[in-house]
Amino acid sequence: MNSLMARRAVNWIMTGLCGLALAIALLPLVSLLWLVISRGLAGLSWSFFTALPAPVGETGGGVGNAIAGTLYIVGIACLIGVPFGVGAGVYLAERGDTRLGDGIRFIAEVLSGVPSIVVGIVAYGLVVIPMRRFSALAGGVALAVLMVPTLARSTEELIRLVPHELREASLALGVPQWRTSLRVVLRTALGGIMTAILLTVARAAGETAPLLFTSLNNQYWNWRADQPTASLTVQIYNYAVSPYAEWHDRAWTSALILLLLVGSLALAGRLLSRRRVR
Amino acid sequence: MRPKVEVRSLNAWFKANHALRNVSLTVPANTVLAIIGPSGCGKTTFVRCLNRMHELVPGACQSGNVLVDGQDLHARRVDPVNLRRRVGMVFQRANPFPTMTIFDNVVAGLKLNGVRGDYPALVEKSLRQAALWDEVKDRLRQSAVSLSGGQQQRLCIARALAVDPEVLLMDEPASALDPIATARIEELIRQLRESLTIVIVTHNMQQAARVSDSTAFFYMGELIEHGPTEQIFTNPRESRTEDYVTGKFG
Repeated sequence: MNSLMARRAVNWIMTGLCGLALAIALLPLVSLLWLVISRGLAGLSWSFFTALPAPVGETGGGVGNAIAGTLYIVGIACLIGVPFGVGAGVYLAERGDTRLGDGIRFIAEVLSGVPSIVVGIVAYGLVVIPMRRFSALAGGVALAVLMVPTLARSTEELIRLVPHELREASLALGVPQWRTSLRVVLRTALGGIMTAILLTVARAAGETAPLLFTSLNNQYWNWRADQPTASLTVQIYNYAVSPYAEWHDRAWTSALILLLLVGSLALAGRLLSRRRVR
Repeated sequence: MRPKVEVRSLNAWFKANHALRNVSLTVPANTVLAIIGPSGCGKTTFVRCLNRMHELVPGACQSGNVLVDGQDLHARRVDPVNLRRRVGMVFQRANPFPTMTIFDNVVAGLKLNGVRGDYPALVEKSLRQAALWDEVKDRLRQSAVSLSGGQQQRLCIARALAVDPEVLLMDEPASALDPIATARIEELIRQLRESLTIVIVTHNMQQAARVSDSTAFFYMGELIEHGPTEQIFTNPRESRTEDYVTGKFG
C-alpha cells in the first residue's frame, strides 16, 4: 500500500512538472502573439490592406503593395521550387537507394541548414549581379532555394508512406514503372504533399534575410518580375528601423498581417492533412 | 489438353535464400491449380514468378523456364509489362487504389495505360463477373475504400479481369475474409474457369479441395507432389503430402 501511495505521489509531481514546463514553453509564444495583436490592431483598417505606403508625416496609407509583393515573390518561388522539390523527392523515394541517393539526401540536409541570409547572398550573385538590378525574380529564386531541400525530404517521406501493395497492384495490371510512380504512388501521396507545400510556403513567406538584397523593396505597385518588389517582411524591417513613431506603429500592423497570412497558410495545410486522414 | 502454363526446373532466390528448388509442373487451359503448403514454403514466390513480379524484389533472381502458351516469359522479346496484362494477379490483402472511385478502380488497368474503350460497359461486365455488380451499381462514383473487406477483394478481382487476362494468379485471395465472402469468391473461381486458367495459393485445405482441378504441395521450396486434387487429398503418393493434408504437420 505504501509503495502505491509513493507511486501516486511521484505520478502527481511528474505530471505537475510537465505542466509547468508546458506553461513556460508557451509563455514566449503567447506574449509574442499578445504583443503583435495589441500593438498592431489599432492601425488595422481596410485601406491598410489596399493602399500604398504613405510618406512620413502623412496619415493613412498601407502596405497593399507589400502584401501583393509577398504573394508575387512566393508565387515565383513556388513555380521554381515545387517542381524541383517534389521531383527530387519522387526520385529519392523511387530510385534513391543508391550512393547517389545518399549523396543527394546529405546535400539536402546540409542545404536546409544553411542560414537564409547566405541563400540571399547566393541569389544576389546568381541573379541580381548578372541582371544588374534587384528583382522579384531574384527574391523568388532565393526563396525557392530555401524551399527545395525541405520539400524534397518531406515528399520522399510521404511517398515512402504509400503502401507497397498499391505499387504492386498497379504493376500487376501491366502499368509501366514510371506511370505507376506518377499516377498511382504520387497521386496517393498528393494530399500530404499539398500540405507539405503549404507549410513550406508559409515558412518561406516569413523570410526577410533572403529578400533584403534580392527583391529589395518598392514604394509602388509592381507586377514585373525584373523590378524591385515590396514584401511584407522587408517592409516591416524598414518601418521598424526608422526613427519615426508612426512608422513603428505601421511595422506592428504589418507584422500582424504577416502573422495572419502565415498562420492561415499553416492552418490550411493542417486542415488539408486532417481531412486526408479523416 | 494443351498446357496453358508450363514450368520447367524453376529455381528462385532472394539474395542467398534459395526459395524455390527445381520446380516443374504444367497447368492445362481452363483448369484451376491450387498451391498448398506451410508458410514460407515458396507458394507466393512461385506464383510471382509466373507474371515476373518476383524480379521486382531487390536481390531476387531465378533460373529455369516459365512458358505461357509455349512462349518463354524470359525470352528477350517478352515485355514484362505486356506479360502482366495477360497474366493477372489478385493479392492476399485487398489493395484497391484509395484515391479512385469504384468505377475508376475497375478500369484502372486501361486508364493508367491510356487505353480508351467503352468503360461503362466494361465496368458492368467485370463487376458482374466478380459478383459485385448488384451491391455497387448505385454507388460507382464512391471511393473504393468505402467498401467492406470482402467487397474490396472482389473489386480487385474485377480490376484484374477488366484487362482481360488469360491466366489469373490468386495469392490467398480469401485469407482475410469471412466465410460468406469466401464462399462468394470460391463460387466465382468455379465460374471464371470457363474463360481463363487460374492458379490459386491457399492455406485452406478444404478450399483447395472445393475449387481446384489439380493441387500442388510445396514444402521447403520444393514441389513435393502435384496431381489431380482428388488424388492428393484421398490417396497421395508421398507420406509428407498425406501428413500435411491430414493436419499432422504444417
